[in-house]
Amino acid sequence: MASNRQRRIAINSIVMVASTAAAMLGIIMLAWILIDVAIKGLAAINWSFFTELPSPPGMEGGGLGNAILGTFIMTAAAALMAIPAGVLAGTYLAEFGKTHPFANIVRSLSDILVSAPSIVIGVFIYLVIVKTMGNFSGFAGAAALAIIMLPVVVRTTEEMLRLVPNEMREAALALGSPYWRMMLSVIFRAAKAGMITGIMLAIARVAGETAPLLFTALNSPYWSHSLNEPMANLTVTLFNYAMSPYDDWHTLAWGAAFLITISVLVVTIIMRYVVRTRRTQ
Amino acid sequence: MSTMQNSAMEAEFEAMTTTIRPKPARDYSDNIFKGLTWLFATGLALLFISILYVLWQESQPAVHKFGFGFLTSTDWNPVTEKFGAMIAIVGTLVSTLIAMLIAIPLSIGIALYLSEIAPHWLRTPVGTAIELLAAIPSIVYGMWGLFVVAPLMSEHVQPWLQNHFGFLPFFSGPSMGIGMLTAGLVLALMIIPFISSVTRDIFLMTPQPLKEAAYGLGCTTWEVVRDVVIPYGKKGVVGAVFLGLGRALGETMAVTFVIGNAYHLSWSLFAPGNSIASTLANEFTEADGDVYLASLIELGLVLFVITFIILGAAQLWLRAGNRQKGG
Repeated sequence: MASNRQRRIAINSIVMVASTAAAMLGIIMLAWILIDVAIKGLAAINWSFFTELPSPPGMEGGGLGNAILGTFIMTAAAALMAIPAGVLAGTYLAEFGKTHPFANIVRSLSDILVSAPSIVIGVFIYLVIVKTMGNFSGFAGAAALAIIMLPVVVRTTEEMLRLVPNEMREAALALGSPYWRMMLSVIFRAAKAGMITGIMLAIARVAGETAPLLFTALNSPYWSHSLNEPMANLTVTLFNYAMSPYDDWHTLAWGAAFLITISVLVVTIIMRYVVRTRRTQ
Repeated sequence: MSTMQNSAMEAEFEAMTTTIRPKPARDYSDNIFKGLTWLFATGLALLFISILYVLWQESQPAVHKFGFGFLTSTDWNPVTEKFGAMIAIVGTLVSTLIAMLIAIPLSIGIALYLSEIAPHWLRTPVGTAIELLAAIPSIVYGMWGLFVVAPLMSEHVQPWLQNHFGFLPFFSGPSMGIGMLTAGLVLALMIIPFISSVTRDIFLMTPQPLKEAAYGLGCTTWEVVRDVVIPYGKKGVVGAVFLGLGRALGETMAVTFVIGNAYHLSWSLFAPGNSIASTLANEFTEADGDVYLASLIELGLVLFVITFIILGAAQLWLRAGNRQKGG
């Protein structure tokens, strides 16, 4: 009997140690990646990194100013396309569709689209936009990013609208407000914080996407003046530079990696903090 | 009978109220609002269908030329225009399998730690740290994998594996650092936060009285987890694993950096290979010739359909689970 008990306690200890070790391993990996990216990336960061055009390998100086700007423009354009469309579709699911079979289908498709391989979205946009317009363009890149953002915005909107208590709807409607007026002045306001959080997380996610840009926005060594031409962006530049054989390009690539990672992490952490403080209030 | 009576009464009531109520000015604004939201919801469904349709349409040259043989052929030769998906499919499946084998036990361990073992003040910070792994862009994983993990693999891990397990075909051949094993490792790291955070949430849903009853019978923490927590959340955990699987299959950049981009099948996990996503990333812009491009598009379609099936199955599974619990 005693040995049986000892055996059970031993097994228990082994499992507890193993799962603690698994959690520690996760934290160590996070720290390892972040420290590597920070040390190697900070070496590349200086004023000209943000302001100058890339220089050929072997030349002193040069920066990724055009790529930073391009990523910014395309992410903003994607957000402009995806947010209104996503909020409206999400509103349909939460307010009108509910458990209707059509709403269930849209919900399932949207969930599958969230995890759809982003490179396939890139192929789709290449065929629909790049091939028909005849050139790679910043607009195509933004459209691909928008498709990746869209389902996330839809699901966030739906979930946040559902959290708004029905009494608020009834109160507004009882005052004689039409449905759309009630949505705009009461329900969206009540759900605002949650929706903004979800949308910011979606923006942060697409800002770090590479695969959908590879054959839509392509890349460019110049400043972009129009959404109708290939547009420089941080992630594809990082990919090309990291795969190149030149050491100074590798340094710039680490700089780009640092910039992307830190931006995405800062947005993510702030948004999480916002969510948490709201929940505890 | 009674329903007929009811509907008759309703109709009468309707007639009464409509005659009593003063006729309001027709206000179409709500119809417009509802129609607008419906339009965008429909647009989302149409978008999904058009992705499938466009990929299918544009891959026709390859479909006509190779037929079903495309899926089983190991050719990939742009010069002779002979293409087959086998190598890329195998590469995708093998790298994903390695990733799942590593990620599932680790994720369950992490979920266990976060839900049962860790002191309460540690749960939020550790949980957040693990979830932050998911926020790092995949290209950063790829770059880190290429410059940090790959040298480590070729100098230490692979020689060690070869010395101790070299008799297995999986661990033979030169240690180049990049290849299936490294790709699987980096993928595992990327999907651990997805699986572990969902699994943790599911573990936390176990009713406290059930656990307390088990503890009261003298169970150890592990026995409570094995006999109460895991059986209770089994469906959800499988769903979480499927979600991670969907992620791993479609992951592009991290894999492209470290898988090695070579077209041959090998038993060795040290050997470089190719996945569907990495083939697309590397060759799509360089593809000249209709058949080449169409073959790449068909590869994309295959990947889309595989993830579609897996994620769809996961959803059906989860929904069936919910219904069971609800009823």
